Formats: sequence, C-alpha cells, structure tokens
Amino acid sequence: MTDVKSYLRDWTMPHVLCPGCAHGIVLRAFLEAVDQLSLDRDKLAMVAGIGCSSRLVGYVDFCTLHGTHGRAPAFATGLKLARPELDVVVVTGDGDGLAIGGNHLIHAARRNIDITVLLLNNSIYGMTGGQAAPTTPEGAVASTTPAGNTEPSFDACKLLIGAGASYVARVLAATPIEMTKVMADGMSHRGFSFIEVISDCPEYYGRYNNVGGGAEMLTWLARRDAGVAGPLSNKSFVNHVPSSATPAGMMTGVLQREVRPVFAGVRRIEPDES
Amino acid sequence: MSETRLVQGNEACARGALAAGCRFYAGYPITPSSEIAEHMVRFLPGVDGVFVQMEDEIASLAAVIGASLAGSKAMTATSGPGFSLMQEHIGFATMAEVPCVVVDVMRGGPSTGLPTSPSQGDVMQARWGTHGDHPAIVLAPSSVGEVFDLTIRAFNLAERFRTPVILIYDEIIGHTRESVVLSESVEVESRLSPNGDPATFWPKLAPDDDVPPLPAFGDGYRFHVTGLTHDERGFPTTDSDEAGALITRIHRKVEVHREEISEVETFMLDDADIAIFAYGIVGRSAREAVQRARSAGVKAGLIRPVTLWPFPYASVAEVASQVDTLIVSEMNLGQLIGEVERAAAGRAEIVGHLRADGEPITPTELLDVAMSGGGSRP
Repeated sequence: MTDVKSYLRDWTMPHVLCPGCAHGIVLRAFLEAVDQLSLDRDKLAMVAGIGCSSRLVGYVDFCTLHGTHGRAPAFATGLKLARPELDVVVVTGDGDGLAIGGNHLIHAARRNIDITVLLLNNSIYGMTGGQAAPTTPEGAVASTTPAGNTEPSFDACKLLIGAGASYVARVLAATPIEMTKVMADGMSHRGFSFIEVISDCPEYYGRYNNVGGGAEMLTWLARRDAGVAGPLSNKSFVNHVPSSATPAGMMTGVLQREVRPVFAGVRRIEPDES
Repeated sequence: MSETRLVQGNEACARGALAAGCRFYAGYPITPSSEIAEHMVRFLPGVDGVFVQMEDEIASLAAVIGASLAGSKAMTATSGPGFSLMQEHIGFATMAEVPCVVVDVMRGGPSTGLPTSPSQGDVMQARWGTHGDHPAIVLAPSSVGEVFDLTIRAFNLAERFRTPVILIYDEIIGHTRESVVLSESVEVESRLSPNGDPATFWPKLAPDDDVPPLPAFGDGYRFHVTGLTHDERGFPTTDSDEAGALITRIHRKVEVHREEISEVETFMLDDADIAIFAYGIVGRSAREAVQRARSAGVKAGLIRPVTLWPFPYASVAEVASQVDTLIVSEMNLGQLIGEVERAAAGRAEIVGHLRADGEPITPTELLDVAMSGGGSRP
C-alpha cells in the first residue's frame, strides 16, 4: 500500500482546517480508497465548490478545480463529458451542495453522469463563521439562529434518491474504515454516486451547541451509530439514532444502488433522421 | 473551400463556432439565442463534439469551463437574463484564465424586458458585469456574415489570451437571414500547451507576453485551478505582492495587445465634418445614413467599433479631432456614449441619438439627425 502522504501536495501545508475538524480524516479515507482502486493520479480530477470541505482539493496531487460556490457538479459535468476517461470526484459541503448548489446536484444525479460526489456534512457553514445551513437540525444554535433553528433540515440522501442518483450512501467520519470501503464502492459504481459523510464542526457547531470538541463529537457520533453493520450490502442499513447533531431518522450505509444508463451527452443524429 | 448559404445570424454563430474548432456546447433555452443551441446539437455529434442542455445559465458556463479545462474549445450562448446569471463564471474564467466563448444575443431589458425585441443594453454589462477588476474582450458583429467571422475570431482570441471572450449582438442580427460565405479553411488558433517536465510545471508561470501555457486535465500535468487569488504555482495566496502581480498581469495581457485585439471600421471619414459612432445593427443603419447624407451634400462619415472592449479610445479621439460633431447612436439610453465622451475629451461636440423601446434605429432617423446636426439624447 502506498503511503497516503504521497498523494498530498506537501508544499501547500499547513492546511486551513481547524483542530478537531474531521475533514482531514475524511480526506485520508478517500486517499486510501483511491489507493485501493489503483486509480491513475494523472487521470483523477477533483472538483470542489466553496467552503471548508471544498478546500481539500487544493491539498491533493491530482488535477484539481476549485470552482465557485455550489457549482462543482456543473463544472464536473463539463469535464467528464469532454474527457470521459477522467475519474471525476466532486467534494462539496452541506451548504455548498444543498443550498446554493442544490439545483446543480439534483440535475447531475438525474442525468446519471458517471461522477462521484462526496458531500461532507458538518451541519453548519464553517468557513463563514457558523451560520445555519439547510442541514442544521431544528432547534440547533448557529450564528444566524441564536435562539435555535426554526427551519426543518434536508435529508441529503433522501433528496438524492428522489433526484434519481443511482448510488447513494451515508457514512460517518467517525468510522474511517467504513468510509474507505464505501468511497471505493461508490467510485467503482458506473453512474452518479453520492456519498454523504457526517463530519463535525467543533469550532462552531460544537461550541454553539455545547457538544464538545472534535474528539468528543466524533466519539459521540460513533457511539450513537454503533449499530451500523454491512454497509456495502444493498439496503442493509440501520436507523441512525436521532441526536442533536444529526437529523432524526438518518440512516447509514448504502441506501441506493441501481444500474441505469449513464449520461454521455447527446447522441449522434444520422443525416436521414434530421 | 467555401460555400455560400442563406443562414440566420444564430446559425452563422453555430457554424462559425464549428469552423473555429468548438467541440463543446452547454446552454439553457432563452429567446432570442436558442437557435444557436438548436444548431449546435445537430452539428456537434457529427464531429465527435458534445452538446449538453444544463439546468440554468450558471451551470452552462460552469460546464463550458470544465470542458475547456479538459482541452475542448467550448462555448455557451444566452440573452440578457441568462447573461446576468453568467457573470459569476465570466469572472471565474477571467481569474482562472480559462479560454471560452460567451455569446449574448441582446434583447430589451432590464429583467425579462422585451424578450423578442432588439437592444444594445448589455454592452456595459459585458464590460463590467462581473465583480472585481478584470479585463474584457467583447466583439460586436453587425451582419450575419460578420457573426460567422467574429465567432471564429472570438475563439481565437480566447485561446490566444486564455480569457473568456464575449460575442454580443442584438435580436435583429440573431434572427435575420442573409447570404453568407462560409469558409471552411479558416485560420484557427489554439492555446499554448506546456512542453516541459510535468514535475516542474507551474500553471501560472507566464512567459514574456503574459499568457501562460495551459495543459488539459488528464494530460499528465497535475495542477490546481482556483478562482481565489493565487501565486505562480496556482495556489491561493493573500500576499499583496503576489495578488498585485496576478491582477496586473491578467490586465496587462489584454492591454498590451490592444492593437492586435482592436478592430474598427471606418467609412467615408477622410473629409467628414460630421461622423456617426455606431456598432452592431445600428452600424448598418448609420452606414446607409452616411451614404444618403453624402448624396444630399453633407460630409458625413462612420466609425464602427467591431471590438467594443478594449474600447478604441485612440481611434475615437482621432475622429473627434477631425470632425465638428460626433453623433453616437445606440439602442440603449446611453452606454458607450460615455466612453466616446472620454475619448473625445472636448475635441468635438458629442450628440446622442439613443432609443431603448424595442424598435431598431433606422437610416432615415439617423439621416435626420445628421442633416440637422443635432440629436435626441433623453
């Protein structure tokens, strides 16, 4: 096995992530998946939007595109259609992917373009200072919901299944081995694969809601989800115990897997058809 | 080889794009530009190109940028409301230096405005629509034939300078059918590719003319592209020296090549006392008005910028020092007239003939203005 550090651009360190943020664990799990699949790093393109999770692409030694807020699936669509031999992975966050970029995400899923989207959900806008996101649970405190969030939150996986994603999974940043397995599985899927990773934001979410620092948040997330088993077997997922950190009724594991035609642009019209 | 065909302006745009080597189109339906997409979807698969209809105009230009980074010459087309949505990625493509072509077929605005009527209301938006300091290259054809030629030129300039190029024309040109010579052997330029060792390649290290080479994703050069202010390696920086160097270079690469980019048509200016400044479809009305004024004994002439941005300040200044009156006519309430005033700097009387009611400016109207030596600036 390759040292995952060899996939990093060491000259870009130190990174921007806060102490206790699990995004680094998620990145490591991803790089291990890349290594397991023996992907050609010259042919691996990573595309991101704006936010803490999106900054990950700057640190990895692939072809990397740090685009605009929420639009990563659209950039990735052009990249993949123009050069189908590339493995294209989008890294996005809950605000980037589900608020400003929600439309692009659901349409990429609907088309079933052969890309993988990793959505790192930390239930808050971290980079801009802890504002409420579409994933912030009702009642949770954020800088723009000082008296508790009054809006219901999105279940990203249900949304993506509804939009037609042919592969949907949810994993916890607290379970890195599972994460690597699911990411390798998702990237091997032919068609649109969506993986939501429940990550943490101790700096804002943790402090505002008194749920501790990074270690406490992750331990607590892991304990809450101790029942996860066999995430790679289709439809064998368990209920995630409702908590104040994740929306009620959330399930982990592979939630959707289907085979359907992959989008590759408009087919050729023969002259006699036009 | 070339072929003469009766084509619509929007079809000429699609055919020009194809001739220039465009192999990727992403767009979203909008009047009066939709025919460009409808032609591209028929043309592209035949040349192993890709067509995709995206969920909105923001996504359309994002997909175009993605395709361009994958090595394809790529284009999108839209009209006012969609052009507003594209400003975000015009800025991104400028900052990240991604070649691409954006076509704006102007209709009446603001907002939904007059979807099926002509306008020239977006010429300032084409210059300043996206936020921050940025250069702009904007071309304005005045005939269907020129749409074909300038679409090719737009691709060449985009590739040459690694920047988005905007082709802007109004609904009349977009929907008019004219007989056009469609040349198949056109001069086509492509972006500079790096030829060094990928391990020592830094994407923003620019040669003398300020335009860095650009490999495609997948070519073996692993590099980073970002809309954040970045250093020569392409990675984010907040260092003021590096920030200053980047913003200066992306301006300079267009500014120092102003002569190469700029194109201005002049007509009967040699002995003119009165000149009309007009572009796009109004340029054609103005040309006719000049001819009629000459027949009536008035020494009129025309200056028509084909390149709107960078603005031809020197050419306008030269005309202003020669004539007594410079009539500026545009289908808006006064956009480029401000630039003409800046360029003329008091050397000639500037008179505006402007309208923004969805009706074209006719030769007769302009003849009346020229004959009376006065205008009707609201």
